[in-house]
Amino acid sequence: MSENNFKVVNKRLEKIDSLSLACGKPMFCDDIDIKNMLYGKIMFSPYPHAIIKNIDVSKALKVKGVKAVVTYKDVPRIPHTTAGQGYPEPSPYDTYMLDKKVRYVGDRVCAVAAETLEACEEAISKIEIDWEVLEAVFDPFKAMEGKIIIHDEDDSKNIPDAKHNIAAKVPDLVMLKNSEPFSEAEYVVENTYEIPYLQHCAIEPHTTITYLDDYDRLIIRSSTQVPFHVRRIVAQTLNIPLKKIRVIKPRIGGGFGSKQEILLEDICSFLTLKTKRPVKIEYTRKDVFVSSRTRHPAVTKLKTGVKKDGTITDMELDVTLNTGAYGSHALTVLMCSGSHTLPMYKVKNNLKFSGRSVYTNLPVAGAYRGYGATQAFFALESQMDIMAEKIGMDPVEFRKRNYIKLGESSPVFKAMGEGREGVDQSITSIGLMEAIDRGLKEIKWYEKKERYYRLNQKSEVKYGLGMACMMQGSGIAEIDMASATIKMNEDGSFNLLIGATDLGTGSDTILAQIAAETLGVELNDIIVYSSDTDITPFDVGAYASSTTFVSGGAVKKAAGYVRDMIIEDASKILKEPKENLKVESKYVVSKTGKKVSFKEIANTAFYYHDQHQIIASASHYGRTSPPPFAAHFAELSVNTRTGVVDIINYVACVDCGTAINPTLAEGQNDGAVVNGIGHTLSESFEISQNGTVLNANFRRYKILSTKDISEIKSIIIPTYEPEGPYGAKSVSEIGINGPLPAIANAIYDAVKIRLFKAPFTPDKVLKALKESK
Amino acid sequence: MKKLLKNKEGLIEIGFRLNGTEIKTSVKPNETLLELIRRLGYKGTKKGCDTGDCGSCTIIIDGIAKVSCLLPAFYAEGKEIITIEGLGDVSNPHPIQKAYADSGAVQCGFCIPGMIMTTKFLLDRKPKPSDSDIKHALDGNLCRCTGYVKQIEAVKIAASKINKK
Repeated sequence: MSENNFKVVNKRLEKIDSLSLACGKPMFCDDIDIKNMLYGKIMFSPYPHAIIKNIDVSKALKVKGVKAVVTYKDVPRIPHTTAGQGYPEPSPYDTYMLDKKVRYVGDRVCAVAAETLEACEEAISKIEIDWEVLEAVFDPFKAMEGKIIIHDEDDSKNIPDAKHNIAAKVPDLVMLKNSEPFSEAEYVVENTYEIPYLQHCAIEPHTTITYLDDYDRLIIRSSTQVPFHVRRIVAQTLNIPLKKIRVIKPRIGGGFGSKQEILLEDICSFLTLKTKRPVKIEYTRKDVFVSSRTRHPAVTKLKTGVKKDGTITDMELDVTLNTGAYGSHALTVLMCSGSHTLPMYKVKNNLKFSGRSVYTNLPVAGAYRGYGATQAFFALESQMDIMAEKIGMDPVEFRKRNYIKLGESSPVFKAMGEGREGVDQSITSIGLMEAIDRGLKEIKWYEKKERYYRLNQKSEVKYGLGMACMMQGSGIAEIDMASATIKMNEDGSFNLLIGATDLGTGSDTILAQIAAETLGVELNDIIVYSSDTDITPFDVGAYASSTTFVSGGAVKKAAGYVRDMIIEDASKILKEPKENLKVESKYVVSKTGKKVSFKEIANTAFYYHDQHQIIASASHYGRTSPPPFAAHFAELSVNTRTGVVDIINYVACVDCGTAINPTLAEGQNDGAVVNGIGHTLSESFEISQNGTVLNANFRRYKILSTKDISEIKSIIIPTYEPEGPYGAKSVSEIGINGPLPAIANAIYDAVKIRLFKAPFTPDKVLKALKESK
Repeated sequence: MKKLLKNKEGLIEIGFRLNGTEIKTSVKPNETLLELIRRLGYKGTKKGCDTGDCGSCTIIIDGIAKVSCLLPAFYAEGKEIITIEGLGDVSNPHPIQKAYADSGAVQCGFCIPGMIMTTKFLLDRKPKPSDSDIKHALDGNLCRCTGYVKQIEAVKIAASKINKK
């Protein structure tokens, strides 16, 4: 099918919930009032590493309005992971609902439920603890020496080397070996790239409300990206039957990975079961920064060999991630730092990956948009420019020559999956050449390069241009599964029930577009209900850039089954063979000109003949994970006196296959790019010597606002992915991988300094400028 | 301004207009205006940080956009307050609400009510804002989803629609 034939898909239709949201309807987790509700509050550890020798809650229990105080003594001790991943999760089981030991400043100590928040706070202030403070370790390389052991408990599971604080490791994974390493290389380039602690900063803080329904079942209303994993992990950690739990996800105010995590649901549920009352726990902004999740800080070593003709001979990537006190997503982020970057360019002789995720007494890292690829693309795409300069080749031409082409494969796909072996695949769609050429044109690359070269000779403010290419995946091949149910109503409308989780991305809308396209109706004929474990069929949830590709596949199949049923019924009504019939604008029409409306078909099915409900369900999983590709271009100025970097223009061209809704796809790209520019220019945790985060607020952890952004342009490069629904691939994560390297390359272009440590704040730029003189 | 006194329960009795309706209520001395508004059932005003940094709780008080998390509830006494619910509804949206929805400016939507209130304040003062005016006005409203690109576009669309009226 060509994209020109689409009626609903690939159209710029209004997001179905946007007007209600713009009118302030009470659609988020905290927007309902539940009678008799208690407030819950977690007491967080003031120490980076300590043991509770004794805890006395008697005074806290006497505070007026306090209904429960729970410590490690009151809750089941079940090792688990908070990572909302498919079962069995590839993350170590190193977390307990509450523990005798705390492992970072911000770790859970105990929890309180009371009639008011003030009572919770007062109760927490009256808890008396006798601490045994232990020595802490904050540097992953020191942690690996094993002098301080963070996880010395004997009941944790799947920690590969607790004695050296290793939460996950990938030993030397040789994916290609055609010669002695670097023997054919004419230049060998080796550098280390670092990124610090970064937070998602979803504007809605994590919120969970739990209550018991009339059948004493536990209802969890939560701001989560993974309702089905929440149900499973809460059942596991509380040791209660899964069938007693229902998880409902209302609208959620952004996630970016931080809500792919069981952070409040377990303890909130426990407080409800204990008090038999509804309980709400809401993180403060400080809690979100310190006690939710972060991006894994990374030290990425990249050693590459290259020949003068532009051949990349060798590539060795070694990644050390700081996973903080717990190993949530420790293995999978590590593996994705290789699996999403190394297939990007052809390597002739040797290709190797190694890495480890290391425990420290610092905040816990987890899933974050980009998922390892962001860390490693900073290294790879910076190094591409460095190599190009060494061999005297235009960095654009160097990339064009080496990137993976249509029909080509990479040994990386098979060697590296998520926590296990991957799936062999070749590239079935790619628009990278067009993306590069379009971006060059849009930013006026060659023209400006020349102008800036002249301008920079005399001015204190120097201008530069930089670019980067990148890829990601579309779901996790042969792991991520999604399903959909579609049922028909008398007026020819349809209910679409999906487990898929819209975290603000617009997935409810694009999945409805896929259903409407298949059924021959308009978008407003599809009534979407999503993410309710009692009502909607299973879906792994919103992560790994999976929803469009995997959930979209399920919706297209289910809609196809329903369409076949409609045609079957129409064939009886019209007395025409099915082969003559097709759906079109809420009618089934025949080649002979006869037609029957959906309304009549539904009414016949409900009330008149061989009565039945027209309904179907379907499931889908990806056999491959087709990568989207992108080319980013940054134009900036560097003030050599102040060190301030100003982005003048940023062009991000993305090949996401068919954009099911181009406006929403651009929105995903814009948001990812601006988040990435924030990573590059300003964002970073400041951490004290005892492991306390000092800037856990928006005033001192600076995310970009309108005044900080310049011209940002997202351009969609259409391709058609045969494995995807109506040719679609993913778009949500890829855009965040570009700004770090594209801006690093542009800074180099402007002032000939190479920055290896993000963020590129004025002090670092000035320091580098001084050192280069 | 009227002198406010605590009643026997230690609460302060206040009266103000909220979206055109007279409200008489009593508030705790330490209650914030944001908490009061949400307690009264106007959930469109959001709490994103509670420290005045994110702008999600922006409302219009006597014609001026302010963050409600930094104000005490009793500040409302005698004031005219407009929240997002006071601008328009799904069946009859305000042109700014419509423009945000139309132009793809609403992703998760959590920051949007605050941003729309700031936009209202801007367009009341400057019906034809420049790009720089828009960027300066919205600077206190943080959004992590959109990169602000489509929101800046939405303000321009809203301005031109309002000016045509």
